[in-house]
Amino acid sequence: MKLLPLMIAIPLSVAFILPLLPKKRPRMADCLAVLATLALLALAAMLIGQSGVYALGGWRPPVGIVLVLDGLSWLVLITVALVSFLVTVFSARYMEQYTARGRYYALFMLMVAGMNGAVLTGDMFNLYVFIEVAAVASYALVAFGCHEEELEASFKYAVLGSIASSFILLGIALMYCLFGTVNMAHLGQKVSASGLNRAAIFSLVLFIAGFGLKAALVPFHAWLPDAHPSAPAPISAMLSGVLIKAIGVYALIRVLFNVFGVTAQVATALMVLGTISMVVAILMALIQWDLKRLLAYSSISQIGYVMLGFGVGGAVLAAGGSPVIAALGFLGALFHLVNHAVFKSLLFLSSGALEYATGTRQLKEMGGLGKEMPVTAGASLVASLAIGGVPPLNGFFSKLIIILACVSSGHYGFALAAVLVSIFTLAVYMKVQKYAFLGKPAEGRKSVHEVPAAMRIPMTLLAVLCLGMSLMLLPGPKKRVLDPAVQVLMDRDAYIQSVMGVASALGAGQETDMKIAEN
Amino acid sequence: MKETSTIVKTISRCVVGFIFLYGLYIVCYGHLTPGGGFTGGVILASAFVLEMLAWGKEEALKSLPFRLAKPFDSAGALAFLVLGLLGLLLGGDFFVNVIQKAYPGKPFSLFNAGIIPLCNIAIAIKVCASLFLVILVLSVLRVAAGGGTEDDLTTQEEE
Repeated sequence: MKLLPLMIAIPLSVAFILPLLPKKRPRMADCLAVLATLALLALAAMLIGQSGVYALGGWRPPVGIVLVLDGLSWLVLITVALVSFLVTVFSARYMEQYTARGRYYALFMLMVAGMNGAVLTGDMFNLYVFIEVAAVASYALVAFGCHEEELEASFKYAVLGSIASSFILLGIALMYCLFGTVNMAHLGQKVSASGLNRAAIFSLVLFIAGFGLKAALVPFHAWLPDAHPSAPAPISAMLSGVLIKAIGVYALIRVLFNVFGVTAQVATALMVLGTISMVVAILMALIQWDLKRLLAYSSISQIGYVMLGFGVGGAVLAAGGSPVIAALGFLGALFHLVNHAVFKSLLFLSSGALEYATGTRQLKEMGGLGKEMPVTAGASLVASLAIGGVPPLNGFFSKLIIILACVSSGHYGFALAAVLVSIFTLAVYMKVQKYAFLGKPAEGRKSVHEVPAAMRIPMTLLAVLCLGMSLMLLPGPKKRVLDPAVQVLMDRDAYIQSVMGVASALGAGQETDMKIAEN
Repeated sequence: MKETSTIVKTISRCVVGFIFLYGLYIVCYGHLTPGGGFTGGVILASAFVLEMLAWGKEEALKSLPFRLAKPFDSAGALAFLVLGLLGLLLGGDFFVNVIQKAYPGKPFSLFNAGIIPLCNIAIAIKVCASLFLVILVLSVLRVAAGGGTEDDLTTQEEE
């Protein structure tokens, strides 16, 4: 717990050391970035099972900023750390095509710092600041290639991202105006005491729109299919794999479930938004021929699943239904969130490997690559089956739990939509397999070689994780990893108590401190 | 760009020093009076920007060269972070005001408040350097269709 701020301090310091390194030695930047993400992964792994509240600078909560580590933030933290470590290893060879690698890693580290901060913070305004740190770094990373379409995508992303940020900021301002505090737990306490008036409900709507834009739920998704494919492949993996979850989904559910407390209307909104995202985006994915664009649309669809899971859990919770069913919905959503981070980053990395080898993203220009690039093909196949929901793989279990939660809470229509979208998802990825890896090589395609080992290893590890993560549902790992996260969403008062308890404990200490100073 | 008139050049030469001095004052007294690192840093940068507008970027780069501004940009942020880590190492918590605990200082005097003035100085260096760089980059980059922006920046950097 003492080392918790290092989760933010390490990437931040590395981000500012990297531009100072000599430009002639790009390998130094590679090493430093890999070491930093490895350190973050080790640190996050060490924090397993721990929970607590860290008061920055020793200032007590309602006034000072706190970092809150609990089951939910740990789950997102370890996902970010794992994906960013594997992505930096992949980047070491992949980014050789680009100049200015120091700058690339500096922006990458800033993005990681922003995500870790947004996940850990217990303060609304601080949340906004960290979201902006991560978002601004990602705008620059999307434009990293500096070609026309990349700049255009980045500009679109920046404009829509800024609109999202201003919604969030306006929401925070309204909340501060109404309740006089920006500490999440303190806000939650005041909301419980006085209830939601119209202005508070308006700010709730602003949060759903703002974070919904960041998470690319369907009516707010227009930027994602441009922005994610335009970035270099490792960055696409980060953006689709973890960024939209850390600063979009996670922030939204933290605010909805722990600050406001979920109501039936909010839960319905989440379910409807999730289902629309699921259905519309997968139909859009089906007609894409640009591999990365297809993956980007499928990301929106999968985020829809996550939102549906949270919505179902929230609906049961708000209606005072069985806590077991509510927990089932949350469990499915959280498990799918982590699973999607793993298989979608794998799919984007393999698309990067294909682009690295063949120089194209168009499915029609590939074909027959399975023989020439067996490792990439194998990894891509595992990820495709996982995202399509084929039984022994992780994606099957998380989708199954979400569908089970829908059925057992009586939302049959939503369950049906989830099943149908799962079939379409499988179709989309079979299309990828058929046109990229199977069949005959497209006319005019040169023969290619498998990508270097530094790119194969992260892909292989992620493919193994796609298989192995199914084991997280065994009672032992589930109790240690997933259940604490579910518990955070189920029990809003416990979150408030954990932070405000620290406030009173620290408050007593600080008063004595001040007395000593006066004497 | 058309050259600016003599009036603009003369007046800006007169006021640049005062603007810079005022910026320094805002930074150093940030913990006592309104202002602080960010505000002061912006004023410091505005002195260089005024120079750039009145005399052209070559003149401005003479007073704050690119190879100095870039490390300052990183160093300011790192210095701020070091102050935070100092709290973690010596005081037990991130950003504990360790200096304040050891030397309480007299309230409302300049040497007071522990790490807060130091934080202000670090922020001012960072803000001044990065704002200057942002405006410099805006004046250097001419985004033509099809890219070619990276080259302009690298030549700047190599100078």
